[in-house]
Amino acid sequence: MIKLLWLIPTLPFLGALILILTGSRLSWRIAACIGAGSIGLAAILTILVGYDFLASGKEAYLHVAWNWFQAGDLSTTFSFYLDSLSMVFIFVITFVGFLIHIYSIEFMQEDEGFSRFFAYLNLFVCSMLILVLADNLVLLYLGWEGVGLCSYLLIGFWYTEEKNGYAARKAFIITRVGDTAMAVGLFLLFTVFHTLNIQDILTQAPLLWTTGASMAVVIGFLLLGGAVGKSAQLPLQTWLPDAMAGPSPVSALIHAATMVTAGVYLITRMHIVYELAPLAQLWVGIIGAITLLIAGFSALTQFDLKRVLAYSTISQIGYMFLAMGVGAWSAAIFHFMIHAFFKALLFLAAGAIIMALHHEHDMFRMGGLKNKLPVIYWTFLIGAASLAALPFVTAGFYSKDQILWLAWAGEKGNLWFFLAALTGAVVTAVYTFRMVFITFFGEAKTKISHVPGMRITVPLMVLAALSFAGGFIELPHTLGHFTLFSDYLSPLLPAVTLKEGIETTEWTIQLVTAVLALGGLYLTYILYVKQPQLSNEIKSSTFELHQFWFRGWDFDALYNFVFVRPFVFLSRINKNDVIDQFYTGLVQITEYFNSAFVKTQNGVLRWYVMSIVVGAILILTISLFVQP
Amino acid sequence: MLLALLILLLMAGGIASGFLARVSHAACRWLALITVTIAFAIIVSVWIDEGLSMTQTDSWLRDLYIPWIPSFGIAFHLAMDGLSLLMLALTFFLGILAVLVSWKEIQYRVGFFHFNLLWVVAGITGVFLTMDLFLFYFFWEVMLIPMYFLIGIWGHENKQYAAYKFFIFTQASGLLMLLSILALYFIHGEQTGIYSFDYFSILGTTLSPETGRWLMFGFLIAFIVKLPVVPLHTWLPDAHTEAPTAGSLLLAGLLLKTGAYGLIRFVLPIFPEASASIAPVAMLLGVVGILYGAMQAYSQTDFKRLVAYTSVSHMGFIMLGVFAFNELAMQGVVMQMITHGISTGALFVIAGVLYERIHTRDILRMGGMWKKVPFMGTVAMIFVMASLGLPGLGNFVAEFMTLIGAWQANKLFTIIATAGLVFATAYSLRIMQKVFLGKNIEGHSMTDLSLREKFILVPLCVVIIWLGLFPQQVINAARPTVANSMHAKNHTAIHQEAQTNHVKYTSAFTLEKGGSHEHE
Amino acid sequence: MNALPIDMGLLLAGVLFTLGLISVLIRRNIIFMLISVEIMLNAAGLAFIVAGSRWAQADGQVMFIFILTMAAAEVSVGLALILQIYHQLKTLDSDAADKMNG
Repeated sequence: MIKLLWLIPTLPFLGALILILTGSRLSWRIAACIGAGSIGLAAILTILVGYDFLASGKEAYLHVAWNWFQAGDLSTTFSFYLDSLSMVFIFVITFVGFLIHIYSIEFMQEDEGFSRFFAYLNLFVCSMLILVLADNLVLLYLGWEGVGLCSYLLIGFWYTEEKNGYAARKAFIITRVGDTAMAVGLFLLFTVFHTLNIQDILTQAPLLWTTGASMAVVIGFLLLGGAVGKSAQLPLQTWLPDAMAGPSPVSALIHAATMVTAGVYLITRMHIVYELAPLAQLWVGIIGAITLLIAGFSALTQFDLKRVLAYSTISQIGYMFLAMGVGAWSAAIFHFMIHAFFKALLFLAAGAIIMALHHEHDMFRMGGLKNKLPVIYWTFLIGAASLAALPFVTAGFYSKDQILWLAWAGEKGNLWFFLAALTGAVVTAVYTFRMVFITFFGEAKTKISHVPGMRITVPLMVLAALSFAGGFIELPHTLGHFTLFSDYLSPLLPAVTLKEGIETTEWTIQLVTAVLALGGLYLTYILYVKQPQLSNEIKSSTFELHQFWFRGWDFDALYNFVFVRPFVFLSRINKNDVIDQFYTGLVQITEYFNSAFVKTQNGVLRWYVMSIVVGAILILTISLFVQP
Repeated sequence: MLLALLILLLMAGGIASGFLARVSHAACRWLALITVTIAFAIIVSVWIDEGLSMTQTDSWLRDLYIPWIPSFGIAFHLAMDGLSLLMLALTFFLGILAVLVSWKEIQYRVGFFHFNLLWVVAGITGVFLTMDLFLFYFFWEVMLIPMYFLIGIWGHENKQYAAYKFFIFTQASGLLMLLSILALYFIHGEQTGIYSFDYFSILGTTLSPETGRWLMFGFLIAFIVKLPVVPLHTWLPDAHTEAPTAGSLLLAGLLLKTGAYGLIRFVLPIFPEASASIAPVAMLLGVVGILYGAMQAYSQTDFKRLVAYTSVSHMGFIMLGVFAFNELAMQGVVMQMITHGISTGALFVIAGVLYERIHTRDILRMGGMWKKVPFMGTVAMIFVMASLGLPGLGNFVAEFMTLIGAWQANKLFTIIATAGLVFATAYSLRIMQKVFLGKNIEGHSMTDLSLREKFILVPLCVVIIWLGLFPQQVINAARPTVANSMHAKNHTAIHQEAQTNHVKYTSAFTLEKGGSHEHE
Repeated sequence: MNALPIDMGLLLAGVLFTLGLISVLIRRNIIFMLISVEIMLNAAGLAFIVAGSRWAQADGQVMFIFILTMAAAEVSVGLALILQIYHQLKTLDSDAADKMNG
């Protein structure tokens, strides 16, 4: 069955192709069958392939489809490489993707672009699968840009709104800035290794470089540039909150579960380079730590339900970056997987709420949904609990606890990382439950216009189950020491070496985390349920700061001022091309001389004679005075 | 013989369809279409004949040598290698589309239009084939004059101005090339006693660095005006904007490529040292072109003008790649020539199709067209993505190879050029946003692509995707030429075989010329 | 035969030439302009003759004959033009014939 690996990205591609070619001629039933069916088949195939893969003892499998292009030293192939890392990713992509497709059938039912939506979504899944299965960096780049395209298309899906188009372009352009760095990284890698095959690079790198080699550091930073663009990390995080203009399933699939974690995939995939470039790795961690705080604080102040989730996504990916920064690769991947479950769940639930409330995004106009949408409420609550990492029962607790612990105890960890992660944990708990309390508690402010049906609730329940149970495949030493997930990744991704004599504190850390998460929950409960006026007071007393956070730390304004406005200004004032003025000037000079000389041709015969005489006299005079 | 046949076929077809228009316009169009299609079929059959994978090392596939004016060493010498083959395939492919695209648009002086169209194509064919510098200059002019008429007679509002500008720029720079050609002719003649315009003879000329540099500038300026390179680009936005759709298609798709072709075929092999010495400046010009073109494109409101500036930007990559002096970059350049011809050509076709429907090129007056014309929107999306270099489409392969090759030559310029891709994203997405997305402000209603228009655009889509996924055949076809332009010194050695065919003509001519030499 | 003093001869030629030139400049009647041109030509011819006799060379007389021929040709063309101008403009004023100003 593993031979059918190539079919996994091909099926969604075919689905997309059929949907694009037939335009909107298909009935929604057939379009839905093709759209969701192709992903469903891919998911089933993934199970079969995964079974084979495990049965064969996790032996990496390479499928070369065809030689892509070969010139000079550069040789690239269209080939898929399956190992335990890409296995996790294709599993998440196809499964979460399938659930989201099912959900979308109902969510988008009324939309006239139904089949277009599924075409894009299928194309996205295909690109994402290519990204994680690529065996060389050029093909990875293809997937990388492909998901960027689909993200652009889907953010701007409702294209008649000007601001959706703006958000879509912003997302594409900002991620492209990161991609530029990544492309330069590829050039550099090629110069060093004369190949862009990932496995070749990874095997040669340790032979070629010693730890801390400057080339490795530069390459590490350049690839990090690509990763921060795609994963919406500092300083390129500003596109993600605006990307919420897309339909909710899109936010769930692309801007939470899969595409935005491509950066995590890239860095993990190239982890050997980062191990050799401690400085670059340190910065991965620093960027993660700062981003998780910045985004967390911004999430505290949003009123748009989806924007809270967007900032939360940025913040959670910050955790993954932090984990990678301390070398906790499998912890990062674990958190990626769990995050994919609960964040997809939260977005889908949020989408269901927004649809139920007639496209109302403002949390403060919701309220009291606890009894009206019980399924949504309970699933959302499970997702929120997982996000806030409520201790011992949620998957989020186990994944995040691992990161916190390794940020503290890992060899590359330090106090600052740990403190940032800890603060982040409190902030996460607060904004998560702020969201829950405002949305579901209190009195109802908007009437419900649409009660979600089976296609919405079933995926929610499945995801809820996963975000509840998913954590139990990896339990810390102190709580049962069950390490299925990291064992599964272990030969590929090395475990973290701990600082010496630190094991004893693990309990303490866990306790602190648990207390902080619960404390955050309690604090929020007081602020938003018990004494809501208190939260308003805090808000008005720190209005400036609140607004600053609300605007995402004014990064947008900064970039507008520094990059966008000068560029647009320059290009506007030069619309008529200043270089052309030079040639126009040349023409004008010629014309001026023409009009000047034309005056001497006045047609008066005597004038001509006179000029001959004067000319003759001049020449004679000159020849008299200037002796040859 | 096949090669001469191609050119004659097009010229004769042009004259015939010119006269046929007096009888029937439809017949004239059909005749023109059939002529170009036959030419295309011939080239495809040659390609198939040579084996599609083209892994052979010998670069010259076809060769034709007929003495023309032997007393001056001028011969009708045509030869085809992989690069010519590719460019000819592109030429005739776009030629077919150019006839198709004018089917409804051109209703005025139909016969003369098709005469000019076919003669432009014939001239381009000649440029891509000829191996005699005198003949090269001849064809260079042959493609120029009909193009002048195409713009000047069938263009839009400001056509006279654009046609003059186009003509003066290209003609003036062409004259510089003629000077260089003549100088080469005499220098070569004095050195060897053989007065010949033949490419392969000239190749062996040794030039002092100073002379070499000046002569190279003659060629270089002609080619970079055509390409065009900032700051010699300003004829292009006007010419593209004012030309009829077929004219824009040929200009963007082919005429610009003759500049790039000239760089690869003539400048690099004939002046290897001189071109190496100006490489940094040339690459700088390329980078400036990439950024400047992108910046200009962003601010334009005229659809065709916008696309014209994107050409300036894309041609910067050619400049960057050619003067990087390595195989990868050069392969990227060849690829870029083809993919840019297709993607930009397609964007001009879309501009033309839109103009036929709503009679404006102002993108600020468009918007929200997707709802009305989803098929056109999808096609436009593909080419917009091609223009911003999305992997999976041909342009990516070209740009990636160019950049990775240029990286080996100059790191700073490559970084800046790569950053240019961000600007490419900005202007490309702006096209999409202003034309197809957003709101339909003026309430234009329009029909989606007709069958004829689909027949034009769908093959373009297929080709650009095909080139993005399976570019190897193109790369293989261009490989020998590329390798030769890299090692210009070995060039003559490799092609001695090709030259032996001409020995009998050349030697006869040598005697004669040598004799007259003694007489002096 | 005593040689003509060359100074005198050249002076005469110069005076004649200047007279011719001035009358070309001040006359507006195109026929008079033509006559003045003839005077200038003859002045030039005289200068040649004088110079020829001074150096005892035949060249001077050859040149005079040449000038004479040329003058005849010029007059015939000139008169034809004058006739045409008169037909077209009904006047012989040269300033009226400025149609060809650039």
